[in-house]
Amino acid sequence: MPNMSLKKNEMPAQPADVRNGNFDEVALGYTEEQALDEAARCLHCKNKPCREGCPVGIDIPAFIARVAEKDYEGAYQVIAESSSLPAVCGRVCPQETQCEKHCVRAIKGESVGIGRLERFVADYHNNHSKAEAVRPVSNGHRVAVIGSGPAGLTCAGELARMGYDVTVFEALHLPGGVLVYGIPEFRLPKAIVSREVETLRSLGVKIETNVVVGKSRSIDELFESGFEAVFIGSGAGLPKFMNIPGENLKGVYSANEFLTRVNLMKAYQPGSETPIMHADRVAVVGGGNVAMDAARCAKRLGASKVYIVYRRGADELPARAEEVEHAKEEGIEFRLLTNPIEILRGENGFVSGIRCEKMELGEPDASGRRRPIPVRDSAFDMELDAVIMAIGTSPNPLIKSTTKGLETQKWGGIVAEEPSGQTSREGVFAGGDAVTGAATVILAMGAGKSSAHAIDEYIRSKSAK
Amino acid sequence: MYKILRKEKLNPTVTRMEILAPEVAAKAEPGQFIILRPLDDSERIPLTVADFDREKGSVTIIFQIVGATTAVLNTLEEGDSVCDFVGPLGVPSHTEGLKRVCVVGGGVGCAIAYPVAKKLAASGCEVHTIVGFRSRDLLILEDEFKAVSDRYFVMTDDGSYGEKGLVTDALRKLLESGEKYDEVIAIGPLVMMKFVCALTKEFGVKTMISMNPIMIDGTGMCGCCRLTVGGEMKFACVDGPDFDGHQVDFNEAMDRLTMYRPQEAERREAHCNLFKGV
Repeated sequence: MPNMSLKKNEMPAQPADVRNGNFDEVALGYTEEQALDEAARCLHCKNKPCREGCPVGIDIPAFIARVAEKDYEGAYQVIAESSSLPAVCGRVCPQETQCEKHCVRAIKGESVGIGRLERFVADYHNNHSKAEAVRPVSNGHRVAVIGSGPAGLTCAGELARMGYDVTVFEALHLPGGVLVYGIPEFRLPKAIVSREVETLRSLGVKIETNVVVGKSRSIDELFESGFEAVFIGSGAGLPKFMNIPGENLKGVYSANEFLTRVNLMKAYQPGSETPIMHADRVAVVGGGNVAMDAARCAKRLGASKVYIVYRRGADELPARAEEVEHAKEEGIEFRLLTNPIEILRGENGFVSGIRCEKMELGEPDASGRRRPIPVRDSAFDMELDAVIMAIGTSPNPLIKSTTKGLETQKWGGIVAEEPSGQTSREGVFAGGDAVTGAATVILAMGAGKSSAHAIDEYIRSKSAK
Repeated sequence: MYKILRKEKLNPTVTRMEILAPEVAAKAEPGQFIILRPLDDSERIPLTVADFDREKGSVTIIFQIVGATTAVLNTLEEGDSVCDFVGPLGVPSHTEGLKRVCVVGGGVGCAIAYPVAKKLAASGCEVHTIVGFRSRDLLILEDEFKAVSDRYFVMTDDGSYGEKGLVTDALRKLLESGEKYDEVIAIGPLVMMKFVCALTKEFGVKTMISMNPIMIDGTGMCGCCRLTVGGEMKFACVDGPDFDGHQVDFNEAMDRLTMYRPQEAERREAHCNLFKGV
């Protein structure tokens, strides 16, 4: 008999007032007992609506059935057929708008905790499995992947499983892209990322760090050196600023800089070589997941007051509901319908605050969200020691500017066909934020996966000639 | 890992290192920079390419020991390796079509100015070089500069070598004597570049400068190296590091460089004590 409880098993977590003082993982993961109880909530629908909501198409009911049978390794194998990074997805996917949104149980009550079960299975595998991944027989064809974030790693993993000889090029000194420089330790421990990267290496994927494609090597040179296809998963790394006065004052960070210092450069560890301001009062401008991450990091670095300053209302916050909830629990204060118009200069060129105006919501704009309109004479000041701009990023122009014949959108995104990721250059495919602009880990993974199959088809048809 | 082929002390606080990095050497051009991490737990620091040897596959860097990371780098010896070395980054200096140029270098900035002067000389450009140092014992690259310059002037703050005074004194003299340059290329401390630009603006001579702000990734991702050029926000790593000096907001740039000064002093102190031993 299925478990007909209307509610998901709660995710065990560190208490909010403890975790906002450390960088350890917030959510602790299901116990075996909880996982079994949750797995029993799945009705194993024949048409598997949940699967449609998954960008990489995991056979969700099948893996949950294995969990219910206590065959956790079997469950992992089901997930691994479709996903290259199960432990990552179980943590950072917005399941509530994907698989879980389509779950029949969500019609009355809460959906099955698919993400939580995925994490349980992946963690079980990582903690118990000693079996080395089996290296597939090589087919002798070489593919280059640019960028080792979620899109690149997924594409590389898929191709390696098909027998391709894949080399991933990463500009930074560590592989993982946004998974290592952006998403903080307390949401995605770096040990998990490096574990997933190791799994790819054992499949035969080569990773070359410290290579900036577009600078150290061009895409044309990659072809000349024998790669038959190239996948661009270089992400959307360029931070946006608001173009308001005072943005170059000391104490103003882009979320990218702040998070990179904290995560990649390990400023969160005591004794780290990386300088960072331990500001007392911090405002993070923006309402997405990156803004939540930055705010929660600032709190953990010792800030007494951390504000999210967002120009629209609570319903428009682009961040996952769970991240907003976690942030609130940890004492982050939300200043909604508030828009900064100037950053104020204090002593010695450091920030002393921001001048904001109040906003109200008008008619929906092009994004479908209600447009924020300034309220007249509503300006007020907030006293601050640091400001973090988390208002989005755009694709990095390095590859575009050094690759002839690669078409891009006006805003910088690479033009690519759906779902193959085929660009305007033969043999060059692209996916993830480099194509879509800033989006989610799982959408990038989905794109990496589709491109891998398109690359396989491309190389097969070419060799058949 | 990237092996240190040669290490040489140029003055008490400035070191030259030749590092094996064939991929960087193959592409490097004057004006570009690299980012390195000496050890696995070090910061990423940007350093300008001081020279390169494509055949040998080596890149030369010259650095001043100013913070914890450069102090650590300076503890590495020939035969050791640096952990990470990535580049070449940034846009190469534009030297095409220049026929008469005055290259102005200040302190360790001379390390960046030298490859530019060398490239100009190789392309048949007439090169006048003015270098400035606090005193004689800090002088670097004299033979190198002389070899590529038609005229060479040394200025020292204390008059212990060359002429006593600032590089701007020498440059003013040349400009007032009627020397005409297609361009002045000034590379050194921000305050020096600021005053060179003020002077050349007076004489209407185009002036390119090279920025060396705080950076992390060097590929446009962190935005830490942003500066204001002609009223617009630019990133030194991808838009520069060379900019039209008459457009740069130097005061803002000087301010931004001091962001971590208190923390840097603390760390340097900690490291100094570390190196002293017990």
